[in-house]
Amino acid sequence: MKKTSTPVLPARTAPGDGPLLAVDDLHVEFATRQGVVKAVNGVSYSLNPGETLAVLGESGSGKSVTAQAIMGILDMPPARIPRGEIRFRGTDLLRLPEDQRAQVRGQRISMIFQDALSALNPVFTVGWQISEMFRVHRGMSRRDATKKAVELMDRVRIPAARQRVNDYPHQFSGGMRQRIMIAMAIALDPEVLIADEPTTALDVTVQAQIMELLAELQRESNMGLILITHDLGVVADVADKIAVMYGGRIVENALVHDIYRSPAHPYTKGLLDSIPRVDLKGQELYAIKGMPPNLLDMPQGCAFHPRCPYRQDDCVTDAPPLYEVGPTRGSACHYWREVFDDSRR
Amino acid sequence: MTAAGEPILEVRDLVKHFPLHQGILLKKQVGAIKAVDGVSFDLRRGETLGIVGESGCGKSTLAKVLMALERPTSGSVKINGREIANARGAELKKVRRNIQMVMQDPYTSLNPRMTVGDIIGEPYEIHPEVAPKGDRRRRVQELLEVVGLNPEHVNRYPHQFSGGQRQRIGIARGLALQPEIIVCDEPVSALDVSIQAQVVNLLERLQREFGLAYIFIAHDLSVVRHISDRVGVMYLGKMVEIGTDVEIYDRPAHPYTQALLSAVPVPDPDGRERRERIVLQGDPPSPANPPSGCRFRTRCWKAQDICAQQEPLLQIRPGTGHASACHFAETHDVVHV
Repeated sequence: MKKTSTPVLPARTAPGDGPLLAVDDLHVEFATRQGVVKAVNGVSYSLNPGETLAVLGESGSGKSVTAQAIMGILDMPPARIPRGEIRFRGTDLLRLPEDQRAQVRGQRISMIFQDALSALNPVFTVGWQISEMFRVHRGMSRRDATKKAVELMDRVRIPAARQRVNDYPHQFSGGMRQRIMIAMAIALDPEVLIADEPTTALDVTVQAQIMELLAELQRESNMGLILITHDLGVVADVADKIAVMYGGRIVENALVHDIYRSPAHPYTKGLLDSIPRVDLKGQELYAIKGMPPNLLDMPQGCAFHPRCPYRQDDCVTDAPPLYEVGPTRGSACHYWREVFDDSRR
Repeated sequence: MTAAGEPILEVRDLVKHFPLHQGILLKKQVGAIKAVDGVSFDLRRGETLGIVGESGCGKSTLAKVLMALERPTSGSVKINGREIANARGAELKKVRRNIQMVMQDPYTSLNPRMTVGDIIGEPYEIHPEVAPKGDRRRRVQELLEVVGLNPEHVNRYPHQFSGGQRQRIGIARGLALQPEIIVCDEPVSALDVSIQAQVVNLLERLQREFGLAYIFIAHDLSVVRHISDRVGVMYLGKMVEIGTDVEIYDRPAHPYTQALLSAVPVPDPDGRERRERIVLQGDPPSPANPPSGCRFRTRCWKAQDICAQQEPLLQIRPGTGHASACHFAETHDVVHV
């Protein structure tokens, strides 16, 4: 795929060989006053149509920055992408000229954010903001676009959509606002939807509604979904496969059933072990010691080694590659075999 | 820990309404947000009572009233038999020493211009009888050690600590006056997943060491189950069900509790297709204008005419061993959180 001419974006209907979206050895760094922050250090993952990939990690793990790089919404500078490819239907988005990139953003790859209230513009009605998608990208008239907005609000199940289309964001509850965000994101039938902590700010009952809605929309349109979250419960509920991130790297990737049954990285194992369990009530919870790494001052070798119970001398000096654990899974731990055997008990 | 012994905190028919005004000059009350509307419970020495419910159910207002940060509209709150709802001045100060709070957000609840030593030692300014001036620094350092921080960091500022460490500072401040009760309002929800377990373990260790009683308010139902001896479920200003952790989680009797439990994602993908899930429709109604009778009836699949006419009281219902406020309460094992 090394061409010197500008790459051309394949059509929606292009027969796909290979994944819908593939991130390959992506690096993102930020120039700050304190130095260069390496937020993403060689992340690779892929997504097929109709598939749900969960990207799991805590704050600072690089999960959101990767997503922003895919969307092309990083502020550059201060951000810089020194290496890597983001291939959408085989075309590297990073080498695409901006006018073509804009054709992808929002239309073929779209995104929803954690905090719907700050993602929506408070001085425009929700109908105006949803219909903007059609006016700007499809050149529709105001009247037609508003009609489309009402249809979409129905589709994301906002009650009395026709009456509420002229309401402002503050007049909606948190769950309804997130539905409006989803309506905007799916307006142009994207092939990939990135959901960055879509339910973190919501109550569990509302979270269940939103996750159900996303699953339904995905079934209808066969879109690929990237779900960015820190919630092990949500992941277990909806994901097909998981990429666990720590310190800007993927430390483990696997199919969802495999990873919960037998994690092969000490960080994943630690997270799963620290979930409160009924049969262990009254006992101390397992806790990963220490704290997440400072991105300005990353530990040498494996980023997890200061907190790792499996640490050996070489972990401090050599960063582990993503070892193959099985045909569909990998773990970035020199001692994954021991972790794997321990977690199978 | 057993739930025996005399109650240290007694709450009876607690009501907190926030008036809604209209007009600028002649302010007229046009209604009220019924944030807490008739809540009763006991808390025993050394016990943890978990309070769960959706946002807007009144759990944080309840915490503020217990802390005497808000005056209740009516009802009574007694700590060791002493009424705090109408206490003032010196008397209020005295009872407050016994009940302290740990806040949700360790980033905004610590003053960035004060050193950690000053933050943790500030309660002694208000209650000098607890620690004489010359003794305070040593006490603060002891507290830092108790919560697992380095006592030498007493002169550092909050921004020099991580989120989990800041929450430990907040906990140390809560412990400073050696209270018997600590109200924890979402103490771990702002922390990273790998840090939450550390803080939960710390709270449990402190409880064992100091015989503390906790009111533990949280929306993470699995953490609440882990730490609580008893759990109360709130909906729209009412306590709809209260019982031991086993009663609430394994034999919930109120439809709302069942729906809430079933909505919690289980961190185990095996069998996720077969899992029963009750997805509630819509959002909770406004606490300014709650439905008549049972407040949950507008979203309840069991609702009948009686639910609109008669408010179900929180009492032990036939076939269930614990109190619930539903005319049609029946136990139903939904999921294992």
